Amino acid sequence: MIKIKDLHKSYKMGSNSLHVLKGINFNVEEGELVAIMGSSGSGKSTLLNILGMLDLLDSGSYELDGVPIRDLDETKAANYRNKFLGFVFQSFNLINYKTALENVTLPLYYQGLKRKDREQIALNYLDDVGLKEWATHLPSELSGGQKQRVAIARAMASKPKVLLADEPTGALDSKTSHEVMALIQDINKSGKTILIVTHEEDIAKMCTRIVRLKDGIIVEDKKNKMVKAN
Amino acid sequence: MFSRDRWLEIFETIKKNKLRTFLSGFTVALGILIFVVLFGFGNGLKNTFEKFFKDDALNTIWLNPSRTSKPYMGYEANRRIEFDNDDMLDIQKRFDFYIEGMTPRISFSSDVGYKLESNNYSIRGVGPSHQKNEMTIIMKGRYINGLDVDNKERNIVIGRLVEQDLFKGENSIGKFISGGGRSWKIVGVFQDDGGDREERIIYAPYTTVQSIRKNTDKVDQIIISYKPEIGYAGAVAFEKQLKKYMKQKKFIDPTDPRGIFIRSASSDMQENDQFASVLQYIISFVGIGTLLAGIIGISNIMVFVVKERTKELGIRKAIGATPKSIVGMILHEAIFITTISGYVGLLTGVVFLNYIGDKLEEEYFITNPGIDLSTGVTATIILIAFGAFAGYLPAKRAAQIKPIEALRDE
Repeated sequence: MIKIKDLHKSYKMGSNSLHVLKGINFNVEEGELVAIMGSSGSGKSTLLNILGMLDLLDSGSYELDGVPIRDLDETKAANYRNKFLGFVFQSFNLINYKTALENVTLPLYYQGLKRKDREQIALNYLDDVGLKEWATHLPSELSGGQKQRVAIARAMASKPKVLLADEPTGALDSKTSHEVMALIQDINKSGKTILIVTHEEDIAKMCTRIVRLKDGIIVEDKKNKMVKAN
Repeated sequence: MFSRDRWLEIFETIKKNKLRTFLSGFTVALGILIFVVLFGFGNGLKNTFEKFFKDDALNTIWLNPSRTSKPYMGYEANRRIEFDNDDMLDIQKRFDFYIEGMTPRISFSSDVGYKLESNNYSIRGVGPSHQKNEMTIIMKGRYINGLDVDNKERNIVIGRLVEQDLFKGENSIGKFISGGGRSWKIVGVFQDDGGDREERIIYAPYTTVQSIRKNTDKVDQIIISYKPEIGYAGAVAFEKQLKKYMKQKKFIDPTDPRGIFIRSASSDMQENDQFASVLQYIISFVGIGTLLAGIIGISNIMVFVVKERTKELGIRKAIGATPKSIVGMILHEAIFITTISGYVGLLTGVVFLNYIGDKLEEEYFITNPGIDLSTGVTATIILIAFGAFAGYLPAKRAAQIKPIEALRDE
């Protein structure tokens, strides 16, 4: 599903340049649930952003579901993101003036679906994350866990190839974290490829594979016996 | 661009961001409103001005005699020139083609009394065509006519205020008043838009005035109205020829700037037009200034709006919005809001000006303030265009920012 070869990325900070990723080689098969771990500054978020086409790579190659991802301009990246990827963020990133349902319909709006279809599909996904009754509520009326579940429903609504989650439990207490992880495991069980960036060991243990980054290189990449979230 | 979905998306955004919508809408509406009102007031001033100066008919030439300043053909300088009835006949004969009407004016003032009331008024001896020159409006009775002149009748036409002063609401037609040691019969009452002074005048046949004043045939002034068909160029030519003819007739040095003064509404009009155009410049300047302030206002708000929405735009991009759709959305929304509120401002301004109407005429010299619809619409369109432009630049930048940067500001 994902093939990365010799990926380099550095950021210019004034006159210095900060070499963040120093040659990453990394493949993900379909249906894997991968945890990317590392302390802050290890380059894990940068890797996820490049995978998510939110950021550009300097050198190396990246292939997603057989499609080489290169020469990205913003329009092309937007179309790929819409077609291939679903995002879950630590801070949820819901649009605060839109209801839960409207937030979930948004990726479908950019896919050009009809309004009725959008709402039907979105409602199904909200149902999947157990928030059908909350469809008309604004994000401000939802708890952190509920917000993250809306965000997951939104990420899933566009039927992405890969779900990318950046510290999805970072802003949640441990009980809610486990609920969210259970949801992610369920989605994974249905065959979806999922990558999670985290620095929490117990979250990583709930994945099928753990990749550890340190100073921009992969120091460990091993299969993991998945711990059920509940 | 004009899909129903886009509209729905925009309506939702507008509905759920009322403060933002209100701020940008209010700025535009206020800008247009102030523009319309100021511009309208400016036009009102211009209207007042035109009314003041266009009280007299435009196709009129005044001939005034004065003293010469140069010796000529044996005559000394400082000779007094006078006009008489024969001059009028000669002019009529010579320039018949141009002339629509001609009247002399002999002015003097006298105490005029009715019963116990008495007052000093200025009396003018005139001919029938004087009515047209002064745009005198007859309220009741009639004006001086040809028979009055031919028969030297002691018939007079009095101003509205003369009747008010002397008759205290009594009908004056057919009554007799005394003036200049004679008694006069009132045959008409007139009004005049030129102001109170103009309505305290009494008109009498010039022949009658001549006969009671030393029985001369002298006149103070000759007033000629030319046929409007001859146009501006024709009027200028006529004026020139007339001046030349009269100077010759009265033996005045052709290079003498004095001797005869000719004043014409067409040359007055030129001066008036110049003043009016200065007024127009001031009005335009005020209008453009207001519009500029409006443009700056809406630009500021658009920059602020886009800044405020940076994160939302980042989210939209992360889930698949293209830069084009981001820019399109912001512009669409901005143009929609500014169009609606611009229209509201325009409408409010026009209604306000209509309401003002003539209420400010007396004290502030603003008559019938109003604005061309095309001017208002153009101003609105300019404001919309600049609002869109001001939104476009930050929107474009926001659309180019990587979503990761837009999402970063926590």
